Amino acid sequence: MIIHLTAKPGSARNNKTGSWRIEKKPKFLQKNCVACKNCLIICPEGCITGEEKNTFNCDYDFCKGCGLCAVICPKQDIIMVSEE
Amino acid sequence: MDKKFLKEIRIHARAGQGAITTASILGDALFEEDKFSYAFPHFGAARMGAPMNAFVRVSDRPVRLRSQVYEPDYLLIIDPTLIRGFDVFKGFKDEGVAVINSEAEISLSGLKKSQKIFFIPANKIAQEIIGRPLGNTAILGAFCAVTDLVKIESLIKAINKRFSGKVAQQNVETAKRGYDYIKK
Amino acid sequence: MKEYLEGSQAIAKVVALCRPGVISAYPITPQTHIVEGLAQLVADGELKVEFVNVESEHSAASCCLGALATGVRAYTSTSSQGLLLMAEVIFNIAGLRLPLVLTCANRAVSAPINIWNDHQDSVTVRDSGWIQFYAESIQEAADLHIQGYRLSEDKRVLLPVMINIDGYILTHGYEVVDIPAQELVDKFLPPYQLERKLDPTHPLTLGVLAGPDYYMETRFAIEKTMEDVLSIIPEISNEFHRTFGRNTGGLIEKYCLEDAQRVIVAMGSVCGTIKETIDEIREKGEKVGLLKIITYRPLPQEEIYQALKKVKEIAVLEKAISLGGFGPLYTEIKSLFQGKGENPKISGFIVGLGGRDITKNSIKTVFDKLSGKQTDCEFIDLKNVEIR
Repeated sequence: MIIHLTAKPGSARNNKTGSWRIEKKPKFLQKNCVACKNCLIICPEGCITGEEKNTFNCDYDFCKGCGLCAVICPKQDIIMVSEE
Repeated sequence: MDKKFLKEIRIHARAGQGAITTASILGDALFEEDKFSYAFPHFGAARMGAPMNAFVRVSDRPVRLRSQVYEPDYLLIIDPTLIRGFDVFKGFKDEGVAVINSEAEISLSGLKKSQKIFFIPANKIAQEIIGRPLGNTAILGAFCAVTDLVKIESLIKAINKRFSGKVAQQNVETAKRGYDYIKK
Repeated sequence: MKEYLEGSQAIAKVVALCRPGVISAYPITPQTHIVEGLAQLVADGELKVEFVNVESEHSAASCCLGALATGVRAYTSTSSQGLLLMAEVIFNIAGLRLPLVLTCANRAVSAPINIWNDHQDSVTVRDSGWIQFYAESIQEAADLHIQGYRLSEDKRVLLPVMINIDGYILTHGYEVVDIPAQELVDKFLPPYQLERKLDPTHPLTLGVLAGPDYYMETRFAIEKTMEDVLSIIPEISNEFHRTFGRNTGGLIEKYCLEDAQRVIVAMGSVCGTIKETIDEIREKGEKVGLLKIITYRPLPQEEIYQALKKVKEIAVLEKAISLGGFGPLYTEIKSLFQGKGENPKISGFIVGLGGRDITKNSIKTVFDKLSGKQTDCEFIDLKNVEIR
């Protein structure tokens, strides 16, 4: 009887970590963004997407609300706001 | 089941003097004659110069007994200085045969008349032929002469398997010289 | 071809015939000659293999784990402290269902430091999910490596195999060994193929987390596999017999058990000494026998029970001890008769720790003691030392 301890890539997507947020979530203002991509790089969940200036956003199904993107943004264009 | 034949050989040496090589060459020579043998070492301290033993057990069937040899039929004393501190003759069989690597005859006490002792200047022979005092193959040659357990031809085959080129040639000569020394 | 070889050399030659892709090992007495022999074969160009030098046994085992996970056959070998330093990885290899073959040159465990033989090292990791074989002779040790690879890589098994060979007694002993031809080994042992392997072109996660909701099933799977292995081992040793003409391996070996009233149960090279002693005792008309355990994990419970159920007095002879308990094997042999109709007298004896020589007299002592009072854990050949 064999149970393999292997998993195909992408299976982490099945684990939606958005439910882990407790108080605040990032809000992407998309006003002063210079597309430096620091937020995209630092996001531990890799759930931030965007290419051009003022196009960046995150997937709230996976965002844990850690706030790193807001801290690293050189233009303060990402702020942490309360969950609705 | 027919009566089995079993002979036991105990080699006394110091670590680094090639006792395991000696035992394994002897075992290989016996293998040439379709005899079964188990050759194995026993170390005290695992360092050069420490007294150690190697053993060979010979039979007409695969050897199963794995203990050390306590009552040897044959003794090979590669380093005679061991006789001072050890009872190398412990358990030596009444009809036993010993080959001792020594130029001079050492006076030995407590031996029985039935026990045979042969001295051979193995290191001197090796020094002359190989240029180093490694007399093991001369002792093995002498062993072939004092027993009908193994033929010198088989020993030469085993030496040629173990060594190659000049080393093999020199050791074969050393073995023959050891054999002749006893047979002369 | 029959050759007169040192045990370690015979194993090196046979491992080379099994065509490993990666060898990684760290030298430790009395295993060293095996790895040196393999390194020599590589240096001489006779063996094409990635030979990875590492800084510890933990790394050697890890290196083999990685190689196996990418679908490459691997080999390592160790002894004593080396095996214990590997322990973490030992459990991982079995848990990940990777088919490593490891030779353990059995040696006592420190302290006090001791380089001679007993079984404490391998018995200590018996719960890790490895299959464990114990060899009586050099030939058997060599053959078990070929069978071990075949078993380990069998798609129904995928568990690592440890071949235990008594340090010095077999590793440094010389005997006539029949080293099989490469073609025969190739016929018997197909190339290693792992279905789910680490491959950059088909990415995969290996070694996923298993929480309380999943971990137990993975252990259950290994336990179920171990049950299957008990029928696969005889299958493989029979095929080995047909291919190579030698009857080695298997679960157990019975020696003079037919009518035996007093029987010793033992593992490894001491079985040869026991057989010799049995022959001598039988000449006097006493009915003694031996049950040799070749496969220690999985424990062939049914075979052992069937072999011993008519025996009145049983001695379990062990070169290891669970300090504060008894000999591990003794406990298991005893448990086989729990709730069964027979009630043999079973005694446990500890012998040969740290290379204490086991002679025919040691074995005779055990047979004599068997007729006396039942004992759980008696040390044989103990010196009278003043204990302070």
